[in-house]
Amino acid sequence: MEAFLLQVLSGVTNGGIYAAVGLALVMIYQSTHHINFAQGEMATFATYIAWALIQLGLPYWIAFAATLVIAFAGGIAIQRLILRPVEKAPVLTNVIVFIGLLVIFNAVSGMLFDHTIKVFPSPFPKEGMLISKYFSGHQLGSTLVTLAVLLCIFSFLRFTPIGLAMRAAALNPDSARLVGIKVSWMLAIGWGFAAAVGAVAGMMVAPIVFLDPNMMSGILLYGFAAALLGGIDNPWGAVVGGLIVGVLENLLGAYVIGTELKLTVALVLIVAILTIKPDGLFGKTVVTRV
Amino acid sequence: MTMNSKRRGITQAIAAVAIGAGVAGASPAALAQKQYGPGVTDKEIKIGNIMPYSGPASAYGAIGKAAAGYYQMINDQGGVNGRKINFVSLDDGYSPPKTLEQARKLVEQDNVLALVTTLGTPTNSAIHKYMNQRKVPHLFIATGATKWGDPKGYPWTMGFQPSYQPEAKIYVQHILETKPNAKIAILYQNDDYGKDYLKGFEDGLGDKAKSMIVAKVSYEVTDPTIDSQMVQLKASGADTFFNITIPKFAAMAIKKAAEIGWKPTHYLNSVSNSAGAVMVPAGAENGIGIITGLYWKEPDDPEFANDKAILEYLAFMKKYLPQADTKDLNYLYGYSNAMTVVEVLKKSGDNLTRENVMKQAAALKDFTVPTLLPGINVSTAPDDFFPIERMQTARWDGKRWVRFGKVLGR
Amino acid sequence: MNQLNRWPVWMIFGIGLLLLPFLIKDFRVFQLSLMLIYAIALLGLNILTGYGGQISLGHGAFYAIGGYCAAMLMDRFGLPYMATIPIAAAVCFVAGILMGFPALRLGGHYLALATFALALAMPQLLKFKHFEHFTGGVQGIILMKPTPPIEFSLFGQPLSEDRWLYFMVLGVTVIMFIIARNLLDGRIGRAIVAVRDQPIAAGALGVNLAVTKTITFGVSAAFTGVAGALGAITVAFVAPDSFNVFLSISFLVGVVVGGLASIPGAIFGAAFIQFVPNIADQISKSAPWAVYGVFLIALMYLAPNGIMGIINRRRRST
Repeated sequence: MEAFLLQVLSGVTNGGIYAAVGLALVMIYQSTHHINFAQGEMATFATYIAWALIQLGLPYWIAFAATLVIAFAGGIAIQRLILRPVEKAPVLTNVIVFIGLLVIFNAVSGMLFDHTIKVFPSPFPKEGMLISKYFSGHQLGSTLVTLAVLLCIFSFLRFTPIGLAMRAAALNPDSARLVGIKVSWMLAIGWGFAAAVGAVAGMMVAPIVFLDPNMMSGILLYGFAAALLGGIDNPWGAVVGGLIVGVLENLLGAYVIGTELKLTVALVLIVAILTIKPDGLFGKTVVTRV
Repeated sequence: MTMNSKRRGITQAIAAVAIGAGVAGASPAALAQKQYGPGVTDKEIKIGNIMPYSGPASAYGAIGKAAAGYYQMINDQGGVNGRKINFVSLDDGYSPPKTLEQARKLVEQDNVLALVTTLGTPTNSAIHKYMNQRKVPHLFIATGATKWGDPKGYPWTMGFQPSYQPEAKIYVQHILETKPNAKIAILYQNDDYGKDYLKGFEDGLGDKAKSMIVAKVSYEVTDPTIDSQMVQLKASGADTFFNITIPKFAAMAIKKAAEIGWKPTHYLNSVSNSAGAVMVPAGAENGIGIITGLYWKEPDDPEFANDKAILEYLAFMKKYLPQADTKDLNYLYGYSNAMTVVEVLKKSGDNLTRENVMKQAAALKDFTVPTLLPGINVSTAPDDFFPIERMQTARWDGKRWVRFGKVLGR
Repeated sequence: MNQLNRWPVWMIFGIGLLLLPFLIKDFRVFQLSLMLIYAIALLGLNILTGYGGQISLGHGAFYAIGGYCAAMLMDRFGLPYMATIPIAAAVCFVAGILMGFPALRLGGHYLALATFALALAMPQLLKFKHFEHFTGGVQGIILMKPTPPIEFSLFGQPLSEDRWLYFMVLGVTVIMFIIARNLLDGRIGRAIVAVRDQPIAAGALGVNLAVTKTITFGVSAAFTGVAGALGAITVAFVAPDSFNVFLSISFLVGVVVGGLASIPGAIFGAAFIQFVPNIADQISKSAPWAVYGVFLIALMYLAPNGIMGIINRRRRST
């Protein structure tokens, strides 16, 4: 029983990681209607920046905030400089540009910071009230941070005028322009936010999995699955999707099929769920008029 | 000197030269003649290497970088027998078809004398047959898979580090001696490396394998964490743990075991026992009691703080790889591997044909690589293609690896 | 269009292709063979993504299935290598159809995820211990390279194993391109494109959407499977690590770079994914993939519709 509980809880932790990455993907999707394949590598790079700042002596939360600002600015810069020329190009052209960004970030991370694993500190206490052997301080803390980020994104998109403008720009750029929304800048801000969310995800993940240039490559797929499982346009969906994927994978590996096939079976199940609900569990069904 | 003895002296000299010339004429391996294979000139020896500088195994690129630095240092000191070493290192991204392509490029286009220090088991498997068909020395490859030491089947391929299966058997021996009723749990990477260790371990236990191994769980390199596996292993009730993971996952395993309060007798494979890259990131106290097999001197072990070899190594790192993290044992590995290559090239003298290089590689008698622990050296013979075979068991005491027992192995 | 139908041009081009292997080294011939193999794989993906409009991030899986089919048939069952190619095509056709069923329900990003999942699961399946007897498990299967059946020499160069393989691959490539051309110019091809562009109108005109889409997947997988089989024969080795996710991503890159919905584009795309990483490696030792990424992005700026996009534009303006 204890083992089962531990499996579920460690699945929840992993799920939190996938949810964080999934949130960043949803954020980009909501503002640009593109899935950013470079999200993982951008997050890793941002985490390296945070690491470098901490090595230079900055206290954790200052480095955290500074990284968020840098990531936000970087995201905007990427959209303005690199993505704008292909804004009007076909979807797949954009996808290839994302792939280009992916390999560039990965290579530059490795070149600047070396491939040896680095320890990334966790800001959360190791001992404390709620902490028992079921939950480490970091797991609890990072879950709370992920939820906080989720709430911020959700309220931003739902309740603020800029959030509304961003969603409008993504859904119907032409009409949005007619109403006076600067569509291009909405996209840029969307990228900025997504980069910042990715940075948070990276900084929450790194204490658990150690920082190295390939840190996110395994996680990205799961983040992708989490986001799509929950519905690509629904931030809550990403979180739920992440938790489902995390717990499912753990339980499958421990109790159903063994670790040698758990990735395969988890993916088959996700595809099966998507086949039954093709827009994700909580996604909006898009109805096109004939 | 009298006239007679002078004449005798000259006669003796002429006789010596005549005999010497006759001997040189008879045996082509004599130092007096220069024989060059591909990639060799009076000024240069070209050798090739393939490393995963990108992709999932990019952490091992450090080996190639250290080797390149070492050859640079040798060149700065004048080269090997007056020739500079031209070390051509290519990236294969850990993809076997790419490894084959790069190997063919190095052999057929760049005309290298030999391929050295190529990394990875599937990648080396892809070029195994090719290298032997082409008769190109395939030396000191950076993987511990047991199949590389096969002089009869593949006379041009040679490994370097202690093989995985014999190492696993060392741990088995220790378990059988100290805890014959152990309940063993195993975590292994689901690939060649993991399965090679596993095989050695299970073979070592023989009939007892079924009864003693209570849990056997794998993971993929693409898995984000191995928390689930560790929880599973604890739940099996095992009191002994054989940890077959690469450094990143080894650190995770040690940390997680401490977090969930599981304290088995922990055997850690030698690929991941670096103090700086694994034990300390995992939490130095978490690893107390872990047993491993050592063959390198750890650079930040206080025992070797004044050791000449380690001081030389650290000076080398400072000069040629100043940005590198010296705690990463991969650099030490590359440095020492390159040292062995240079020794082989040195012993080949002016007879730098592929055949002679191979011959010299298979004739390293007790070559001391000073970064290896005392009692462990590099030794090969025409029927022994395992250069390093010995290890010593050591236990982590929270600060460093404390060696105990005898140096084991051939 | 008219220019390409001129026979003399094709004749000279064809003769050039036939003589080329004797003018260059074995190793270059090997690289050319790899390029042609990728061209067949890209043709397959293009049928699905370019003409059919269904995105696939997992074609590396079909390449793997084709490769392992060929390897297992040659190694475990002793079949001659030529015979493995049609069998690999058939097996992959079935695999593609099976994949096509869930694809019917999924669209766009969801299909991308499903195919991505397939590519990721493939190495794990290949390593699975209960299939080990056939697949060789983590060790993979080592094959014998085919020997040329005849002795031949031209320009002083013998018909080596690499040159013989080149001719075989060239022959298969020509056949596959002809099949693709006939398929896509004919009724089925038009149905595929109709389903991509105007599914409802196509349905109203009597095109069976489900059947068309599923067959598209099957055919696409079969092409890539043939490429996989040829790849296994040329490299003479298959292992789970040979077929990682990056292979699938490279295929997508190749298709877009070459030009979607274009048959000749497959050659350009294949040349890109085969040779540009090597060029990038020569430019930068410390971060070659960063250089590759820059090339990729630059190419997308200059040619958002792929290289064929540029060629077509030039042709239209003259």
